[in-house]
Amino acid sequence: MAIGVKVVRRPDSVSYLRATLKGMTLTFGHLFRRKVTMQYPEEKSEPGWSLSPRWRGTHRMLTDEQGRAKCVACGLCPQICPANCIKLVPGEDEDGHRYPLIYEIDEFRCVFCGYCQEVCPEEAIHVGVHYENAEYDRGRFVYDLERLCAQTHPVSSLWDPADPRGE
Amino acid sequence: MSAELKGFLLVAVLKILVVFTAINVGVMMVIWLERRASAWMQDRLGPNRVGPEGVLQSVADGLKNILKEETFPVVGADRLLFFLAPAMSFVPALLTFSVVPFAAPLPGFDVTLPLLGRFTYTGPISMVVADLPIGFLFIMAISSLGVYGIVLAGWSSGNKYALLGGIRSSAQMVSYEIALGLSLVAVLLVAGNVTLSDVVAMQQRSVWFVFALTVGFVLFVVAAFAETNRLPFDLPEAEAELITGYHTEYSSMKFSMFFIAEYSAMMTMSALMATLFFGGWDIPFTPWDEQGPPSVGRTLATLGVFFVKMNVFVFTYIWIRWTVPRFRFDQLMQLGWKIMIPVALAYIVVVATTVYTLEALGWEVGPTYGLVLFGVNAVLLGALLFGLDHERLILGARQRARMAA
Ligand code: SF4
Ligand code: SF4
Repeated sequence: MAIGVKVVRRPDSVSYLRATLKGMTLTFGHLFRRKVTMQYPEEKSEPGWSLSPRWRGTHRMLTDEQGRAKCVACGLCPQICPANCIKLVPGEDEDGHRYPLIYEIDEFRCVFCGYCQEVCPEEAIHVGVHYENAEYDRGRFVYDLERLCAQTHPVSSLWDPADPRGE
Repeated sequence: MSAELKGFLLVAVLKILVVFTAINVGVMMVIWLERRASAWMQDRLGPNRVGPEGVLQSVADGLKNILKEETFPVVGADRLLFFLAPAMSFVPALLTFSVVPFAAPLPGFDVTLPLLGRFTYTGPISMVVADLPIGFLFIMAISSLGVYGIVLAGWSSGNKYALLGGIRSSAQMVSYEIALGLSLVAVLLVAGNVTLSDVVAMQQRSVWFVFALTVGFVLFVVAAFAETNRLPFDLPEAEAELITGYHTEYSSMKFSMFFIAEYSAMMTMSALMATLFFGGWDIPFTPWDEQGPPSVGRTLATLGVFFVKMNVFVFTYIWIRWTVPRFRFDQLMQLGWKIMIPVALAYIVVVATTVYTLEALGWEVGPTYGLVLFGVNAVLLGALLFGLDHERLILGARQRARMAA
């Protein structure tokens, strides 16, 4: 038997009528309960509700004090990306510092696994706590470096440090 | 053309138009109500955007469905039947309402219009599209035609799931039709006539048949739920098992027609429950509605009462749907053949005996007559519930194993 299967012992004699009437009072009672629906475009939040800090949404590239992307073009994120949706062309300046010449993420192909954030040695690329991504043009879903750096939404914490296994 | 003929035609056409429109608007309202009520029962809000509180949601959906592309299954489908099937379930569903009287009669009229000439209608105008002498037999006959639409839709789609849904519905509707018809025989025995206006008149003279024929009412409600393929008997469309059963392959307006058919059948059945067992357009506790010459005020008042009664049942349909889970198919058949039909047959015998005895005693049909029948029914219902519900009404697998052991 599979793990965690709960066997419910049926009572030997059940009155279907009583069960049905009980169910009907229950459903009728729910007619007048407070509704849990949040009327989305008008209400985006309500007391006691927020997106989880572990939410993995569209990406954001963090920047250093000079406003440059923190990325050092190490190539780890395109390597690990299971959707193969990160395009990276590395460049190097006179001092030998590596930086991304081209850095693009195709958000349509991304599966939002968060591996890129996890693997990044510079804590540069992050998945964001953000969900309103609509565009009028398919091409706009390939985010380039400039766009990734310009994002301002909070970044995902991926896991809760106090509870790393999500228990 | 004589003035009488013109008057008759005018009345007939107006009645058809009004009832047809009312049903279609009613179906839209019921669909909206169902979606709202189901949402409320699940602590959601439901459609509330289009129009005040979302009442126009169905209009928007209908528009969308008309504008959508129609798709045809290419492999293994029968084009002609695939095309006809929605109409075959749509037409009977709309047709059945025509024999249901929905209000007290209107007074006749005698008017002369410019150009069109004189129109007369002598005598009260009964508020029913066609007061057929065969009454609810007509409903039984026509509503059972609805199954052809479903079966053919399932068959002509060339799709396994649709076919299974069609087969299920034919088995289900055939077996529950018997119980439905048998439960109505009791009504026939007491009312002495199948015409629905006579059934209403009879209830005004004695008591509502829900008291005189309680067991019959229970049987009728259960069978009616099965006939309209509503939960807990929605085996033909069982989403979890059959995608959506017989209308899996349908799209756009053809899908909507099945939808409208289902809901108008539901409205007709609710109207029948109100008419056969809850006095139709009768206003309780007052003889005002059935005495004296016909008047407009009386017609409107009784229409309102009928509307309320009918919608109570429409709401019950919705309420039950979101309460009781779906039956398994063998349980459904067991309930139909092993319980409903024998009980209905035995019930006919009891009612016939009671009616015969009362007539032999020379009792007139009236409140006391009804109360005696109510007494008989109360005893029967008690015995029935004790016998059937004391142990489980429908046996579970465990219990069957125990009984076999
Ligand atoms: S979240 Fe996963 S799939 Fe998306 S870009 Fe990062 S590594 Fe690739
Ligand atoms: S892992 Fe980080 S530093 Fe390396 S290429 Fe990706 S974003 Fe740049």
